[in-house]
Amino acid sequence: MALSRNKLAEIFDKREQEIATAWLERQAAGTRRLSPAEQHEATRQSRELLGAIKTAVQKDGAENPSGPAWTPVREFLIHFSATRAKSGFTPTETASFVFSLKQPVFDALRKELGQDADALAVETWRATELLDSLGLITAEAFQKSREDMISRQQAELLELSTPVVQLWDGVLALPLIGTLDSSRTQVVMQNLLDAIVKTRSDFAIIDITGVPVVDTLVAQHLLKTVAAARLMGAECMISGIRPQIAQTIIHLGVDLAGVVTKATLADAFGVAMRRIGFAVVRDQKTKTPER
Amino acid sequence: MERIPILKMGDYLLITIQVDMHDKLALTLQNDLTEQIVTYKSKGILIDISALEIVDSFIGRMLGIIASMSRLLDAETVVVGMQPAVAITLVELGLSMKGIRTALNVEKGMAVLRATLGEERQDGDSSPEF
Repeated sequence: MALSRNKLAEIFDKREQEIATAWLERQAAGTRRLSPAEQHEATRQSRELLGAIKTAVQKDGAENPSGPAWTPVREFLIHFSATRAKSGFTPTETASFVFSLKQPVFDALRKELGQDADALAVETWRATELLDSLGLITAEAFQKSREDMISRQQAELLELSTPVVQLWDGVLALPLIGTLDSSRTQVVMQNLLDAIVKTRSDFAIIDITGVPVVDTLVAQHLLKTVAAARLMGAECMISGIRPQIAQTIIHLGVDLAGVVTKATLADAFGVAMRRIGFAVVRDQKTKTPER
Repeated sequence: MERIPILKMGDYLLITIQVDMHDKLALTLQNDLTEQIVTYKSKGILIDISALEIVDSFIGRMLGIIASMSRLLDAETVVVGMQPAVAITLVELGLSMKGIRTALNVEKGMAVLRATLGEERQDGDSSPEF
């Protein structure tokens, strides 16, 4: 038993070079063309994984891939999956990295045990189970790193979501950054209206400098926000309309006629200041260099 | 009979809606209001809906109707104290109440009325000159 237990280890030891070469060839024949840098990286990773598997098999055999001897292999696979997930590989490509090791190992087994059909079957089955479980670890880690990525992005989106800034007593600004969809509009509207109540503001300036695209839907969301603010008794202005956006809005036939629109936040702020009766005057005593 | 009180404050009438609106109540309010506008020659109506947590299209429409009626009788209507959630609901319902003036609270509503009526009065002063 001890002998057959370490047959895999023996093969990995004896035929490592052969397996590695065959494996790399199989990987290269995979679906995706790798750039030279990726190729180099894959080669390095393959050799590292093969080395780790060899050590683990020698220490503990192939039956228990969740045991402590296999920890380095598992860690390597998890790290490998995460890296691949980040650099945009598909789950198939990532999992087949491990699965493509099967054939070279089987070939090696056949060469080694060609005469002994029984032993060949046993060892093949053992190798299959081992590689399958390693493949599963890879797939799971891939999934997990994807999920981590998604939850991190969600958190980032929430952070990006909309602060309401008080520019002056009674004047609020709402700098919008990123795409405006219905759920976000809801949050934006809620934030703005709450801020209007809290600060007793008469003016709100929605700045859309950071909104990449304004289509009819976004325009409709903007108009809704303006209407809601108006119902609360605050006048709403839209600023930060880039030339491109202005053209789009007109081509789409969106009617923004009922809303005060300005090119920049500064212009809108000026209007708001005038409406509430403030004027900004330069102090004559301070010498500022002419611009 | 249940009815919504209408308070007279100088030139203005103040209506505070604190109960759920239904058909009959709305009709009574419209009756009372139009009568009082005519009786007191009121120039401005303040409708305070700060106590309303839930607003449906019926109330939205009713406010619009009241505003139109008042305008016929030469009185400005200002709706004040709308809750944020209510504002969002109305907008989602597609009722942006274009013809109605709004203000954050009664105080600001008063200021709006005063400003509007003040302007009108000035217009009135200047008109006899030509």
